[in-house]
Amino acid sequence: MHTKSIAELAKGLRAGEFSSLELTQAFLARIRQHRALNCYITVTEDLALQQAKAADARIASGEATLLTGIPIAQKDIFCTAGVKTTCGSKMLDNFIAPYDATVVEKFNAAGAVMLGKLNMDEFAMGSSNETSYYGAVKNPWDTQAVPGGSSGGSAAALAARLAAAVTGTDTGGSIRQPAAFCGITGLKPTYGRVSRYGMIAYASSLDQGGPMTRSAEDAAILLQVMAGFDEKDSTSVDQPLPDYSAALNNRLDGLKIGLPKEFFGEGLNSDVAAVIEAAVNEYRKLGAVVKEISMPNLKLAIPAYYVIAPAECSANLSRFDGVRFGYRCENPADLTDLYTRSRGEAFGKEVKRRILMGTYALSAGYYDAYYIKAQKVRRLISDDFKNALAEVDVIMGPVAPSTAFGIGEKIGNPIEMYLSDIYTIAINLAGVPAMSVPAGFVGGKPVGLQLIGNYFAEDKLLNIAHQYQQVTNWHQQIPPGFE
Amino acid sequence: MEWETVIGLEIHTQLATKSKIFSGAATAYGAEPNTQACAVDLGLPGVLPVLNAEAVRMAVIFGLAIDAEIAPYSVFARKNYFYPDLPKGYQISQFELPIVGNGHLDIEVDGVSKRIGITRAHLEEDAGKSLHEDFHGLTGIDLNRAGTPLLEIVSEPDMRSAEDAVAYAKKIHELVQWIEICDGNMQEGSFRCDVNVSVHRKGEPLGTRREIKNLNSFKFMHQAIEYETNWQIDRLEAGETIQQATVLFNPDTGETRAMRSKEEANDYRYFPDPDLLPVLIDKALIAEIKETMPELPGNMKWRLVEEYLLDHEQADYITSDRRVANFFFDVSSFVDSNLDIEKAIRTLLNEEEISQSVDFMQRDVALGRTKLLVANWIMGVLAAQLNKDNLSIAQSPISPQRFGGLILEIAHGTINQKIAKEKVFPKMWNGTASADEIIEQEGLVQITDTGAIEAIIDKIIADNPGQVEQYRSGKDKVFGFFVGQVMKEMQGKANPGEVNKMLKEKLQG
Repeated sequence: MHTKSIAELAKGLRAGEFSSLELTQAFLARIRQHRALNCYITVTEDLALQQAKAADARIASGEATLLTGIPIAQKDIFCTAGVKTTCGSKMLDNFIAPYDATVVEKFNAAGAVMLGKLNMDEFAMGSSNETSYYGAVKNPWDTQAVPGGSSGGSAAALAARLAAAVTGTDTGGSIRQPAAFCGITGLKPTYGRVSRYGMIAYASSLDQGGPMTRSAEDAAILLQVMAGFDEKDSTSVDQPLPDYSAALNNRLDGLKIGLPKEFFGEGLNSDVAAVIEAAVNEYRKLGAVVKEISMPNLKLAIPAYYVIAPAECSANLSRFDGVRFGYRCENPADLTDLYTRSRGEAFGKEVKRRILMGTYALSAGYYDAYYIKAQKVRRLISDDFKNALAEVDVIMGPVAPSTAFGIGEKIGNPIEMYLSDIYTIAINLAGVPAMSVPAGFVGGKPVGLQLIGNYFAEDKLLNIAHQYQQVTNWHQQIPPGFE
Repeated sequence: MEWETVIGLEIHTQLATKSKIFSGAATAYGAEPNTQACAVDLGLPGVLPVLNAEAVRMAVIFGLAIDAEIAPYSVFARKNYFYPDLPKGYQISQFELPIVGNGHLDIEVDGVSKRIGITRAHLEEDAGKSLHEDFHGLTGIDLNRAGTPLLEIVSEPDMRSAEDAVAYAKKIHELVQWIEICDGNMQEGSFRCDVNVSVHRKGEPLGTRREIKNLNSFKFMHQAIEYETNWQIDRLEAGETIQQATVLFNPDTGETRAMRSKEEANDYRYFPDPDLLPVLIDKALIAEIKETMPELPGNMKWRLVEEYLLDHEQADYITSDRRVANFFFDVSSFVDSNLDIEKAIRTLLNEEEISQSVDFMQRDVALGRTKLLVANWIMGVLAAQLNKDNLSIAQSPISPQRFGGLILEIAHGTINQKIAKEKVFPKMWNGTASADEIIEQEGLVQITDTGAIEAIIDKIIADNPGQVEQYRSGKDKVFGFFVGQVMKEMQGKANPGEVNKMLKEKLQG
């Protein structure tokens, strides 16, 4: 059952081949079996069984949606009423949200079953899932390797078939890079397409939730539920929601693909480059035309990102002060002691590093040189995407310069870690949607092809990804030992 | 060289919206601690602010009322600092691009009018409250107030004395209530003032300023500025320098005391709040808001003086409070539509005025005097009674219509003002009867029957030959004695005009 797509599972549930309860129990058993991967921070077994029973009743009454009874799991950044939401941090190890994130609410309304909350880099700051207070997650393709981050628990859980589908969030590549490292399909929607309400903020102008699934077809089903205007999120966009599954089978004749030369330069592993070139060739066979394009400002993306994201996070994380919720130090001597020790003891190294960088960038005398300049660069990068996407239908390239690196390999070197997001970060700065699609393997580890589309062109991206998945089977590969 | 004080004000007005500026929680004052704070106000992880359109509307109304520029594009920013009653660790405010810019307000001090520039007014959220009492060395946090909308109004340093500052603050206080964006309740903290004070010798560069925080009464504001001014002058004259600082005023000692110096001041690290979109205000919205705005007090005062012929003092009083103005206009329109103009002419004009004017002029004068009568009675008798019972005019037990009925009885000459004030008004205040019912029941109708008055006068003159002698020998003051005697004899009901006229004739013999 655990190898079936959502569409197949929904069909099976309706046909009575199996119940949601059976399906849920099967996934819960797999989660127990593969606990060593450390994918889940919290497994909500009782809740899942309860939801599964309710889903079975709903299916019987004929009022089911495609997701009714489908066992999914949430990245532990989405608040879930009554269930611990840690954001991968000691700071929130005791935090039980009194409300559901809008995304969670929507899955509940659709009748999905929640298996639990997935491991992640602390406050989504990281590219390897090694900054989690709950420990590193192992990549099912190579348990010595990282699953990527920050949605590492999500990607690994899905690759190991410990859920039928999962959610992730992407601030600088946190859906796409782990999707690439774990050989699954991940979609970062246009900024504003999915509500951020109840999704614990890292960098508010960049954060975006999205689906991580086995295929583009499944991603369309999940995005249909997750996306849409939310009056509780002022930055969510009030635009009509297309039927994401409707366009999946459109043909790609004449599709114009742009390959930015900046994506294929120094730093890209040559084997990964070969996989990407092969994938582009598949598109040529499907009728696409390919041209090289240039996006000269992409090289500025990492420095701009590491000003803007830390600046926003330095304010976003101020609420974790030990006063109202979360970790509080023992016996504070006074207010300053309460603040400094609570934050000092509960935040990890990477989180502290980014708070300090952001605080510095916003300080009097440095604001113009850093924050304002970074915003100007951000506009230049957005313009690069607008110009390129006026010329071509989709931009393609690698998701990451290499396959999954080893646990412990880069955690001591932040600059090298930051560079692993070199192909994903610019997309968040521009706010356009992008996907990671499994495109092959190097040394037994998956490689992801990145597809970048125009604002609100998720339907087009899903179509392009789906057509590729009709002629390839990379996305159907299951890591050895997890069949 | 003479010292000059330079003062600028920052006034925080709490906007009278039903819900908070970024959440749906209620703003009502006085609830149990932390019962009016939702997830957004508590700054829980994952929550997001959504701007209350009503707060924006109120800011625009204020901007229009001070003839200011309304920004077509304004931006919310985060002001970062840690404090236990600031849930998010930052306050959402406006910094570089406020919603209202560059307006002004005219004040009057000692009969001299002065224009005070208003640099800007911006929207922001209030913080909660830290409660230091009753917690045995700990601090209680009440977040009911967190997220309450504030409009911070920043003046230019255009004031030169405590009187200027108080006049300006009072004028803003009256205005925000007039345009119904703030309840003006200073005890509950709906209107709080920070005052920047510096002194310098005229002709020399401006001095270093100190900011007096959180003044919540005009009396304290006056005292604090006086104290602070003298304190700064004393220091400078002693050869010391003034350090920029934030100070608090202690009403018990009448002194200001430094709270923190500039060195200890926070670097607030303002940056645009990525959770909120810029506020866009187009001309159509401004036009729509203008439509709904009441007449402003400045314009109304001009109209009361020019068209209603009220004097400045009366017009100032009526336009100091929108509820007073409403009451005045309600009474006036009731009186206008029920006035018997012929009776009013006979009552309110003297014989000379009647004989020397034509018909339509008499009507105009009588109408004008009726308005004066309304204004005087509101400012005088009614205001005194409201004040005594600690009521606002909106809570007056006498409705404008009933009050107008009383004015009509006076204007028609049915009763005189003394009877109205002493006999009729108190009965109206304590009951529900109309003026004419009370007059009827109590038999208070003014006696204008010249025969009756004459008989009394003759009797008084006959009974007081000594006083008659005094009067005739030139002691005019005794005249008042005779008026008093006649009135007493007639239980105050005699028409004072008739009494005066007839007494004069009789006494002159």
